[in-house]
Amino acid sequence: MGILDRFFKSHGPDWGVHPDDHKRPAADAPLRTLPVPEKLYIPMQQHVGGPARPVVLVGQAVLKGQLLAEAQGNISAPIHAPTSGRVVAIGEITAPHPSGLAQLAITLASDGNDTWGERQPVVDPFSLSPAEIAKRTAAAGVVGLGGATFPSAVKFNLGKRLKVSTLIVNGGECEPYLSSDDCLMRYRASEVVDGLRIIMHAIGAGDALVGIEENKPEAIAAMKLAAEPFGNVRICPVPARYPMGSDKQLIQTLTGKEVPADARAAEVGVLVHNVSTCAAVHRALRLGEPLIERIVTVNGGAVATPGNVFAPLGARVADLLGFTGLTQEPARLILGGPMMGTLLPHATIPIVKGASGILAFDAREARVPEAGACIRCGSCTRACPMGLLPLEMANHIRAGDLEGALRYELSDCIACGCCAYVCPAHIPLVQYFSHAKGELSARERSKLRNAATRRLVEQRLARLERETREKAAAAAKRKAERDAAKARAAGTSVTEASP
Amino acid sequence: MSNTLRPPLVAAPYAVTPHNVSRVMLWVAAALAPATVFGFWLYGWPAVHLWLITIGFSLFGEALCLRLMQRAAIPVLLDGSALLTGWLLALSLPPWAPWWLGAFGGLFATIIGKQVFGGLGQNLFNPAMVARVALLISFPAAMTVWVAPLPLTNPAAPGFIDGLRITMGGLPAAFDGVTSATMLGHAKTELSRGIDLAHSLVTVGAPADDLSGARAGSLGETASVLLAGGGLLLLVLRIITWHIPVAMLTAIAIPALIFHAIDPTRYLSTASHLLSGGAMLGAFFIATDYVTSPNTRLGQLLFGAGVGFLTYVIRTWGGYPEGVAFAVLLMNALTPVIDRYLKPRIYGRDRRGKALEIAEESTS
Ligand code: SF4
Ligand code: SF4
Repeated sequence: MGILDRFFKSHGPDWGVHPDDHKRPAADAPLRTLPVPEKLYIPMQQHVGGPARPVVLVGQAVLKGQLLAEAQGNISAPIHAPTSGRVVAIGEITAPHPSGLAQLAITLASDGNDTWGERQPVVDPFSLSPAEIAKRTAAAGVVGLGGATFPSAVKFNLGKRLKVSTLIVNGGECEPYLSSDDCLMRYRASEVVDGLRIIMHAIGAGDALVGIEENKPEAIAAMKLAAEPFGNVRICPVPARYPMGSDKQLIQTLTGKEVPADARAAEVGVLVHNVSTCAAVHRALRLGEPLIERIVTVNGGAVATPGNVFAPLGARVADLLGFTGLTQEPARLILGGPMMGTLLPHATIPIVKGASGILAFDAREARVPEAGACIRCGSCTRACPMGLLPLEMANHIRAGDLEGALRYELSDCIACGCCAYVCPAHIPLVQYFSHAKGELSARERSKLRNAATRRLVEQRLARLERETREKAAAAAKRKAERDAAKARAAGTSVTEASP
Repeated sequence: MSNTLRPPLVAAPYAVTPHNVSRVMLWVAAALAPATVFGFWLYGWPAVHLWLITIGFSLFGEALCLRLMQRAAIPVLLDGSALLTGWLLALSLPPWAPWWLGAFGGLFATIIGKQVFGGLGQNLFNPAMVARVALLISFPAAMTVWVAPLPLTNPAAPGFIDGLRITMGGLPAAFDGVTSATMLGHAKTELSRGIDLAHSLVTVGAPADDLSGARAGSLGETASVLLAGGGLLLLVLRIITWHIPVAMLTAIAIPALIFHAIDPTRYLSTASHLLSGGAMLGAFFIATDYVTSPNTRLGQLLFGAGVGFLTYVIRTWGGYPEGVAFAVLLMNALTPVIDRYLKPRIYGRDRRGKALEIAEESTS
């Protein structure tokens, strides 16, 4: 039976991949705190949406938790001082973004005192109105800490409006190497549970399901203990399978519901928040602390003492790596997990709200096998959690037929990387997809621009034509007048000459 | 062409599977090894020579094409796919076939069957089966000279040199007595002469459903148990899935069961069908070829069933005693169509690709 099982059924869901998770020993190392570095570099764009606008001046002294930059626009988040000190610069730095483009940031020199500014704790958040909770969450700069960095309060309001019944708490953390959520749940389970109950109150959800991958038994135990008193908070171990921590896959695993294509999760009655976000909401409400620090996993073959580090936002990757030590020069630096993370060009990039991990790979881990020809093995198709056909999409993109790829619903691709991971020919499938998606949206934009340009050109041509017409008409008129005058003159001369 | 997009050297994911193409091919080769070695033992040195020649020429054909296209041949040869093509072709040849049959087949397989289409992953038809069918049509006589097993341990078996002589020069008179017929071929010939199975089968050396596979047949097709064992290994390693083999064998077994029940004197038993000819080799190693079979589970079930059913039809009512190669090629031709219509359901969409409806309770 056991062997038959192996052929006919796989353990857990029939999508995804099971990469070597490399989570331990980093996950088991005790949580350490990074001493506040001398200087912090705080980018204004640490979230999805409009960048924050600085409200401090160079030279100004600030206290820990003081507002540095305010939200700009409907979807945005404010940014606060991670420690006390003095603003020494407001200018552009290299920010952790795939484009590697420079971004506006505030540089803060720490005064070493770490003095808190004024905080407004709430003793009983459940007595507040949902709108008030959303307001305070927004003011604390809380964004989705699972990686999406979408402003949390905006999501609260959406959930409230669409009458979400179930809050799904994402403790999946399916990316290999990362354990920051795991660490948070082990050490601060009660904060997570309190935070998620506050969110339930804010969105009006009746119950909460916390999905945690089975490979984190310590976190599951701690969370179960913390959730014990609350009947409507259920801790649900889920199979450890990448990408279990993707919203759509977690929703399906926990509730059996599928989010329709082009719809939002809230439209099927659920809302997903990450465990770290829950803890941040707890701190924002109960302690009045804005989001200014987070747990970062520092891991990888080049790290001397891998583990989780509690670090202020704005600390640089180099500060963290200096703290944990390196055994060798890293062959590759990655922000986030190995499946969906961002390659870092150098270590002078600061930690931002969405930075769940820093990976310093040694040469062996950084090895990229050469891509070969597709053998149509279908592994990518079987692995795709969205049920797409990666090989067909890649074929069309390679042939330059982006519309062809769209017919295979390229737009449904969540860029999870499962297909590229399993491909025995090591074809960089995700790259094809991101390239195509970028190209398509560029085309879309230029189509709009072209339409506008075409209108302008047409208007100009019409104007020119009108002008030429008018000129011609005027010229004709003048010519006619001249001719008439000439004729008159000739007439006279003729008459004069006739006698 | 492939240069329209030149991805940067590294991008997510930064982790890759330990699998690679050569490893997949090597495991398949390993899974074929027991049946092959058994074939060597059963049919002696000529089989060994033929195997080497067929593989050698299919590698040579691949290298030749790559050289002509000015591409480095070694890395491509190392992926193991040409080796496997030659190997599978050799296993489907009569074990004492002359050298030129293997040579021609090997060249045909990699040049016409594969490189002409654009190389690995581009061919529509299974190269080994293309070559086998080409040989069967061009050299029907040479392709149907079978020998009764003459195990290496048997003193009458040809030695290394005699074996070479057989492969290089054809069957010497001394060994004339060993030619035989395959069970399927014999049954078909006798039936066409009006002799029913009840009488014809008694004259075949070994019982048709003998599990050991010690009977006349292609080099590596008779050892059903060893082939199935190799197939199971590939299943355990998840190199193939169960869909194609199970569908194919079932689709051979069901009609065999029905017709044999109706008239056992005209229709062979299920066991004879499953254990003889290329059924096992085909089910686990040929129909499961990645390149030429559908890549969704549902498609694979349909494909396997098609190959199985067509095999039965050709064997029973067609002009040839064995039908696996033809059946595979026919279904290969249908693979693009199957892939087109049997796509997996996309998350959040129905089978036709339309977005799912948003459930009522939540929109209220
Ligand atoms: S996994 Fe790679 S080799 Fe296999 S079908 Fe997909 S793209 Fe082709
Ligand atoms: S096609 Fe997209 S969604 Fe599917 S496995 Fe690949 S990256 Fe993930």
